[in-house]
Amino acid sequence: MNNRINQLFERKKENILSVYFTAGFPNLNDTVEIIQQLEKNGVDLIEIGMPFSDPTADGPTIQRTSEIALKNGMSLKVLFEQLKTIRESVSIPLVLMGYLNPVYQYGVEKFCQKCNEIGIDGTILPDLPLDEFEAEYKTIFEQNNLHNILLITPQTSEARIRQIDDASEGFIYMVSSSSTTGAGKKVEDFHADYFERIQAMNLKNPRLIGFGISDNATFTNACKYASGAIIGSAFVSSFSEKAKIADSVAQFVKNMLNPA
Amino acid sequence: MKYQVDEKGYYGEFGGAWIPEMMFTNIDELKRRYLEIIESEAFKKEFDQLLKDYVGRPSPLYYASRLSEHYGSKIYLKREDLNHTGSHKLNNTIGQILLAQQLGKTRIIAETGAGQHGVATATVCALKGIKCIVYMGALDVSRQAPNVKKMKMLGAEVIPVHSGNKTLKDATNEAMRDWINNPEDTHYIIGSVVGPHPYPDMVARFQSVISAEMKKQLLEQTGSEFPTRILACVGGGSNAAGAFYHYLDDEQVELIGVEAAGKGVDTDETAATLTVGTPGVLHSSRTVLMQNEDGQITEPYSISAGLDYPGIGPLHAHLFKTGRAKFLAATDEEVLQAVLLLTQKEGIIPALESAHALAALDKIKMNPDDVNVINLSGSGNKDMETYLNYFGY
Repeated sequence: MNNRINQLFERKKENILSVYFTAGFPNLNDTVEIIQQLEKNGVDLIEIGMPFSDPTADGPTIQRTSEIALKNGMSLKVLFEQLKTIRESVSIPLVLMGYLNPVYQYGVEKFCQKCNEIGIDGTILPDLPLDEFEAEYKTIFEQNNLHNILLITPQTSEARIRQIDDASEGFIYMVSSSSTTGAGKKVEDFHADYFERIQAMNLKNPRLIGFGISDNATFTNACKYASGAIIGSAFVSSFSEKAKIADSVAQFVKNMLNPA
Repeated sequence: MKYQVDEKGYYGEFGGAWIPEMMFTNIDELKRRYLEIIESEAFKKEFDQLLKDYVGRPSPLYYASRLSEHYGSKIYLKREDLNHTGSHKLNNTIGQILLAQQLGKTRIIAETGAGQHGVATATVCALKGIKCIVYMGALDVSRQAPNVKKMKMLGAEVIPVHSGNKTLKDATNEAMRDWINNPEDTHYIIGSVVGPHPYPDMVARFQSVISAEMKKQLLEQTGSEFPTRILACVGGGSNAAGAFYHYLDDEQVELIGVEAAGKGVDTDETAATLTVGTPGVLHSSRTVLMQNEDGQITEPYSISAGLDYPGIGPLHAHLFKTGRAKFLAATDEEVLQAVLLLTQKEGIIPALESAHALAALDKIKMNPDDVNVINLSGSGNKDMETYLNYFGY
């Protein structure tokens, strides 16, 4: 089946920029505009964060944006309503990222069908482990042309990386260092040996590196070892009350790709 | 064995290890090694020795004659309040610190609500000379000042958690984040039968000494290993798991868990998870949770900081679902009355948590010849300020 994630990686082999934001932040109804502006400014893939009350794999920035988004009234129902006609204006791949419980309450099958209907291409659900996914949900995801993106970390064994590679569709999310998101470990702390080790494995899936990517330097460095990189905490921190969404997105993406 | 965990870490439909990949290596190592380690002769020898000489086990099984007379039925108290550090929590932390040493870990983290598990963890870290970091909700830090000071005196670092409602759930989130950030040298000592497999089973095994002793003591005192019923309070459910463990397959023994109703199960201020909750996934376990229709976790409330958790161990969710155990709920008000009754009938001041089990005696039908065992999980020392304020002494 034709999935926009696969199309992207077929077309573009390097410097892919993927951006995460928390839906419902800074304001409840900013979702569509943020997505449109990210595409307009040259972002290749967007991860739309579904906020959860207890984001255990995330650092303080995404905890805070999630809390605000929930206070603003964000939920899966609201998000799907906002995204209903997103494919009329946006053509880059869209991925939903969040924790399992809200999806579980919505109903996994209903969730997948809704994603398909809207034109969502994949999900990243950190607390849905590989074996549970394969045992319970894989078929439903496949039926709805939805790629469930899996993570690897510096601690993941070679055997497990092979297993994850076999089970993956689209791309592999490579966590840069042992950390929660936005933990502030710098580019110098990146384990070049880990990146090189993975590069040498010749996996069948392309990789995007995430966690700790915050500026052009970290982005450029990560791109040396993978097809591209993912930015989350740094992007959601860039919103301010004074600036318009369009301006702050344009400024952020420009700084990331072509700093002055 | 029908109530034991299966190979995949499930109790019926509940449990499992819903962990992010960042925790996989640690959880996988634990899962592969915990049974081999805790069933080894060397481990058992050191564990039993410490339980005896350091914790002060076996804890007495005490026939409470004046309380029995009051209720017109035989009531026995399993005195976990007499353990070193004043609760059952030390049984688990002793087990886990020995396990952590076997795994070669040099840094311990823990979450705590009321501070009892934090103190028990700081205690075993002092005993073994291992670095200890305890995460505690900022609200609980201010509510439980004496325990915070105790942990510091024991050499632990106490980190107040300011996210969410600033209580036990948030402290657990933060401990998990710490583990994700420190995957090599750190062991996370979870304080209850919650979290990803193998924690619920591992903690239940360490706490199962409670029912193992109970069997012997009941045989000596009543002529039968089997009581009519066992009552224990349930937050995450570790003391109840320990008190039920060796009776799970003895279906003639009635098992009763008592949750915290807070201000009432029909109000927003409750922690009675099984009464008001629905299935979901939190802290890497599929269990019953307090949540809204969007799957966001709601904030529990109880006068007792040790029971205000929005989930419950998967074993208890399974016992509830299968009907093997019955679960009741006691309100703050009922619990305080039960504290006073035990204090004045028996000269024992119980912890707020444990008094939930006592309060349930007013809610069940007992015959004169019934043998009722209450697991008195902790001492009231930590709650004196609440008691003095409430009762006005």
